[in-house]
Amino acid sequence: MSAAFTMTGGEVALDGRPILRGVDLTVRDGEFLVVLGANGSGKSTLIRTLLGLVPLSGGSVQLYGTPPGKFRDWGRIGYVPQRLSVGGGVPATVREVVSSGRIARRRRFRRTAAEDRRAVADALDAVGLADRAGYPVQALSGGQQQRVLIARALAGEPDAFVMDEPTAGVDADSQRLLADTLAGLRERGKTVVLVAHELGPLEPLITRAIVLREGRIAYDGAPPAAAEAGVDTAGHIHAHAHAHTGVLNGWPDVIGSRAAAAEAGATGEA
Amino acid sequence: MSGILQYDFMVLGLVAAVFVGLAAPVVGTFIVQRRLALLGDGIGHVALTGVALGFLTGTAPLVTAIIVAVLGAVAIEMVRARGRTSGDVALALLFYGGIAGGVLLIYLSPGQSNSTLTSYLFGSISTVAERDVWVIGGLAVAVLGVVALFGRELFVLCQDEEVARASGLPVRFLSLLLAVTAALTVVIAMRVVGLLLVSALMVVPVATSQQIMRSFRGTMVLATALGVVATVGGLTTAFYIDVPPGSAIVLIALAGFVLSLLIGRFVRRSRTWESTP
Repeated sequence: MSAAFTMTGGEVALDGRPILRGVDLTVRDGEFLVVLGANGSGKSTLIRTLLGLVPLSGGSVQLYGTPPGKFRDWGRIGYVPQRLSVGGGVPATVREVVSSGRIARRRRFRRTAAEDRRAVADALDAVGLADRAGYPVQALSGGQQQRVLIARALAGEPDAFVMDEPTAGVDADSQRLLADTLAGLRERGKTVVLVAHELGPLEPLITRAIVLREGRIAYDGAPPAAAEAGVDTAGHIHAHAHAHTGVLNGWPDVIGSRAAAAEAGATGEA
Repeated sequence: MSGILQYDFMVLGLVAAVFVGLAAPVVGTFIVQRRLALLGDGIGHVALTGVALGFLTGTAPLVTAIIVAVLGAVAIEMVRARGRTSGDVALALLFYGGIAGGVLLIYLSPGQSNSTLTSYLFGSISTVAERDVWVIGGLAVAVLGVVALFGRELFVLCQDEEVARASGLPVRFLSLLLAVTAALTVVIAMRVVGLLLVSALMVVPVATSQQIMRSFRGTMVLATALGVVATVGGLTTAFYIDVPPGSAIVLIALAGFVLSLLIGRFVRRSRTWESTP
């Protein structure tokens, strides 16, 4: 099985402050990986570095075996940023934003083809926004905007999704809808890397979890439920959630991640 | 309207005004979405030095203005791309340098005076020659061509630069392209509304349109229509009641904006009504 993302000895410093300190991570095709950790632990930086959006100060990153600077096959990647950027406030409809997700798949001078329209319609259906296609995105709720961002990535029909906190600020209904959408991706063998604070309805989908702590991977293995119950009982956990010795070692940190976040806030680590 | 068309200078002026009214809001839509509403002002300031260099060296000011405006736009884009807080100050320095340099060089140029300066700062559409209209028309077609060719990419760029990068778009190239297109627009509009008011034509019709429209494309189309109404309307008004065309154009555009605030409030109210489940 080939690797969608590989980071070797990844180090990132922003304004001289180390954010990632030697991260080794390989995300194989078809994995559903969640990145956990307290605020300021480097989660967002990690996934943005995987895409080449943040420059490395040490180590290396590869997308499907190619460094981001030389990578050309961006149609295989779907990036879902943390929030919809409002910019200067020029309105844009849901359909316009979602259609723009086709950009890596389209050639210049070609008019919108039937397959583009189908992909956009499918993406809107998948997130339950087909009836909102003509609405300006600015008028939607936070949860709906999050779904627009996911639909934009879906429209590009990528092989790998990278999502920065897709569940943040999303109401319970939207979270369930999101979980259904992601379950569909998993069934189709897509690779998903997502940052999350709390798992909620996503929990059963996850095949592997990593926990970042001060820019290092503090835990890498089975997701929380499986880790607690033992890998065997959670039948959907693949074998590559390799049985770490002491799987539970990392977990108290994660489970107490709210406490950790509070602590981080108090010490100014965030 | 028939009276106005008996004068050649007015016909030329109106043709130039239509080109400007079309091109400025199209570029402006992207510029506003990218939060670079003041980019046009910056380029306008720098372009004054270009105009002055033309007078000083005996070259056509339109040509030197294009060169300096493009160089200025590239410089501004490079400062912006660095994204440091000091960029703000660096831009301000560039703007002051542009104006001060322009004023100094025009003063040094033989046979030029304050009235030359005023005509470029505030526009002088009645002195537009046929050759100027060709240049303005050519530049306007180039600007619209860039948007027709790269509009989709520029839309993604202006929505979210990181998403553009993660879609494999050549972000640096597109950013420079947008800056250079804005520079060309400034030069086109310079003769019509003047360098100090150029940016108004790029920003005000867009600000007006976004109060009312729901889509990006719709905003751009309405902004373009408003741009043409403002330039043609302003120029016609200036012809009949003898006021400076540049200020008439911008004030008409601003009046449209105030009107759109009222309409927009009404439209939004009825929309919330319909969208409430």
